[in-house]
Amino acid sequence: MLAGCDGALSTLAPRGPEAEAIATLWWIMLAGSMAISLMMFALLGLAFRKNRRPLSDRFWTHGMGLGFSFTILSVLLAAAIITGDRLIARHQSASVRVEAIASQWQWRFVQPGPDGAPVETQGRLYIPAGVPVEVFIRSEDVIHSFWVPTLAGKLDAIPGHENRLRFEASEPGVYQGRSAEFSGVGYADMLFEVLAYPPDDVPAQFTNRGESAPAAQAGEPDE
Amino acid sequence: MTLIPHPPQRALPLHREMERVWSRPPGLKGFLTSVNHSEIGLRFMALAGIYFGIGGILAMLIRTQLATPQGAFLDTALYNQIFTMHGSIMMFLFAIPMLEGLSMYLLPKMLGTRDMAFPRLSAFGWWCYLFGGLILLVALAAGMAPDGGWFMYTPLSSRTYTPGVNADVWLLGVTFVEISAIAAAVEITVTILRLRAPGMRLTQMPLFAWYMLGTSAMMLAGFPPLILGSVLLELERAFDWPFFDVARGGDSLLWQHLFWLFGHPEVYIIFLPAAGAISTILPVMCRTRILGYEAIVAAIVGLVFLSFGLWVHHMFTVGIPQMALAFFSAASTLVAVPTAVQIFAWTGTMWKGTPRLSLPMLHLLAFFATFVLGGLTGVMLAVVPFNWQAHDTAFVTAHLHYVLIGGFVFPMMAAAVYWLPLMSGRVRVRGVGEVAFALIFIGFHGTFLIMHLTGLLGMPRRIPVYPDNPEWALPNLISTLFSFMMSIGFVLFALDLLLHALFGRRSTRDPWQANTLEWKMALPVPSYNIAALPVSTDITAVSLARGEGALPGAPRGRREVLAVSSLDGKAQHVAVLPGNTLLPVVTAAMVGVFVLLMLFGAYILACTAMLGVLVCGWTWHRFGRDLRPARIEITPGQTLPDQTGVEGSLTRSGMIALIIADASLFGSFLFALGFLSVIAPGWPPPDSGLGLGALLLGGVALGALAVASGLARWSRGPLPGALAGVLALVAVLGVALLLDDPTRHARDALRAAATGYAALHIGIGVLLALIARTRAPATAAASRSIWRLWQDFTLITVAILTLLVVAQEVLS
Repeated sequence: MLAGCDGALSTLAPRGPEAEAIATLWWIMLAGSMAISLMMFALLGLAFRKNRRPLSDRFWTHGMGLGFSFTILSVLLAAAIITGDRLIARHQSASVRVEAIASQWQWRFVQPGPDGAPVETQGRLYIPAGVPVEVFIRSEDVIHSFWVPTLAGKLDAIPGHENRLRFEASEPGVYQGRSAEFSGVGYADMLFEVLAYPPDDVPAQFTNRGESAPAAQAGEPDE
Repeated sequence: MTLIPHPPQRALPLHREMERVWSRPPGLKGFLTSVNHSEIGLRFMALAGIYFGIGGILAMLIRTQLATPQGAFLDTALYNQIFTMHGSIMMFLFAIPMLEGLSMYLLPKMLGTRDMAFPRLSAFGWWCYLFGGLILLVALAAGMAPDGGWFMYTPLSSRTYTPGVNADVWLLGVTFVEISAIAAAVEITVTILRLRAPGMRLTQMPLFAWYMLGTSAMMLAGFPPLILGSVLLELERAFDWPFFDVARGGDSLLWQHLFWLFGHPEVYIIFLPAAGAISTILPVMCRTRILGYEAIVAAIVGLVFLSFGLWVHHMFTVGIPQMALAFFSAASTLVAVPTAVQIFAWTGTMWKGTPRLSLPMLHLLAFFATFVLGGLTGVMLAVVPFNWQAHDTAFVTAHLHYVLIGGFVFPMMAAAVYWLPLMSGRVRVRGVGEVAFALIFIGFHGTFLIMHLTGLLGMPRRIPVYPDNPEWALPNLISTLFSFMMSIGFVLFALDLLLHALFGRRSTRDPWQANTLEWKMALPVPSYNIAALPVSTDITAVSLARGEGALPGAPRGRREVLAVSSLDGKAQHVAVLPGNTLLPVVTAAMVGVFVLLMLFGAYILACTAMLGVLVCGWTWHRFGRDLRPARIEITPGQTLPDQTGVEGSLTRSGMIALIIADASLFGSFLFALGFLSVIAPGWPPPDSGLGLGALLLGGVALGALAVASGLARWSRGPLPGALAGVLALVAVLGVALLLDDPTRHARDALRAAATGYAALHIGIGVLLALIARTRAPATAAASRSIWRLWQDFTLITVAILTLLVVAQEVLS
């Protein structure tokens, strides 16, 4: 089953702590939902049984309708808020800051280059692996959305506003990303990639998407 | 007050007498002039069915395109039009009109009356729906359909990025249909509150009426934000007023807030009527009564309020502070509680009774299976971190189809099968419907269950090709194959309806042994519904047909119903309803001409079309002008006045409902103003040129309005009141001339829009005063009371707007 979850854009094949936390949340919610569904279907099926024991009205409306659903939802809500809090506040002081600038229909990135000075690239974002990174997301025209499913959830690029997304790639490698907000006819091709390099082995040169990365590059665990 | 029913008469002469008054002329003339709720309700549903077919064909085109990674079936521009239209048609031209039609058809029958409160308004709503839908369809055929996605996010839908008319088609066409929805909401509210059978307390209403009351309240409050958003965006596109342009003090996020302020209640607006159908049909299928009436009513009220507190869960990825996220996440999760109460009440009803597996029940079981899963994925999406991953992927597409097809289409199919005998007087032909059900059920889950996985594997919605992601190919192919199965099922369902209409045997009365009021009527239901209004719960179909009740027949040759007090159902007066007329279709056509002229940029000509609308509006009120006050015997020994001398007329209730919708529109405007001044980056705006002159004129307008409000409380007030209104209007037009250029900054655009709002309301106030003036003093109470309500509302809103502008000036 897990093999079927792989894929360059799969949220179920996490490669960083943020995506991992969300994937875990998903599997827990899936298990819970399946249990609740089975219970519901069993209750419906049992309604067709002859000579069943009648239950009081209050059992259904108050016991199940209010009590049961409220309990489950409160637990879930607590888990959701705690996870969300952790994801947002985890790297208050992310050391690496990069910029992602979206426009119809491409991504440009500004990141600290090999010598520390900012370097602009197209369609390929360079980050060090194993450290928290903060992406400042902007748009130059319509709304876009920055999304690298194997590393973190998406965050929109909205004209006039700047959003900050924090995440971390656990291992060096190339991670696929794409825009996730419909933006017109070029939307399907609005792809990019995130290249995570070993922190102590910065590539000699930062290149654009489509150009080959320098040979010093680390292996690609995705492939 | 207990009412004693009239003694029985012979049923056939009574029927003929009523038919003469309540039926319509045959042929095209009758089609154009009919205002009868059964006919208009059926027309709403039939047209919604046709649009569902068209939306379905678009869905098949989408699925065909996505069957393979490199689909070359549609080019991208066309694909964008097709998915935008699929969503827009299913939401605005199928779901909403379908529920309006069902409730228009059923409510008067279930409540024990003869028509909706405003029959001409029903017809007007249908014609608006027809014309608005046609505009969208013609645009689709011409390749000029909207292509920005059904929620039309700015700035993609702004003039810069969508230069063609595509977005205008959406904004104008959908607003047209929204007008029809507001009209429906007003009259559904008034019908439920004021036209019940005498003595039926609010707490004794059938649950369906409770559900529709909740729905119409949500429509009144929930549609205006979208209407406001559409008007503002159209103003930006047509005149370059920058409400959403971030460079000039606007903000694209404002559109998202306004859209989802409508969009989330919309989901429950669609679900509640379906749930009403379930609560009606399920007990009958289980040969028992509904369990937990009070709990369900409480759940409806809870849903109505909660559903307005969770619009932001469509915007979890726009970058919102964690505190707000937690709040909206909590609201979005909690909204599942009232839904769960209903689900368990229905399950308990099944346990209490003896369920039989007839076709409506099969559709209801499919509802349970589908909606439970859709509800659970809905709760998942309310969990913010998970939402960040799943948002805008196929997972959301799957979820919303589970909720909408599960929560609306399956119950509507159950309702169709269940109530068809009422509409046609026939019994279904067995066989086809069962096969259709199986194909739809299997096809649906085959299509959408796997789509959750497709989304989690990272496939976004709205892409036409995916050459780099071979792992999405198999699940997409599966979805496509099953979607064709589902389509065949829907075709068979339509065939089943056709066979039913052509070859069904005549049905006996009350074929389901339902024992609710709508089945106490002859089959198919006659134009007048019932020959006498039921005065007790102890009635039979035969006794009603013999006139054993209140207001039997139509002895005065006019359409009469009983208006009751909204809470305890005490009979208050006899309401005379208007009969067949061309006015609705003509008015709707005028609005249609206005919309078309706007679409082609002929703004000056469009103003003249508005004059046409005004003339129609004036003609509208003339009905009932010649009535003279009289007392009418409703039951032996019990007489009531007719509507002429009564202040609490149905129209007055309608005006209150309309003002609630207007207040929601105004509230949305204040929200827009606050949102832009606080959140939008381009503030503070440049200095304004408004000075003492504008302040003075504003003061004159306010003073004149206050005087008009006072005059509205005086029986000789209408003429001087109208003059005061004209003075206020002139002053406001003077303010308009002093305003800064609205294209300069969003603040100036907002001020211009506010001035327009004020002028429109003052103008309508003048018209209402003149209408009150035309009535004879003895019969003017209601029209004056309506004018007073409007005048007070206008005074309050204009005062608030003036204060805000003054505050802006003082603070800057």
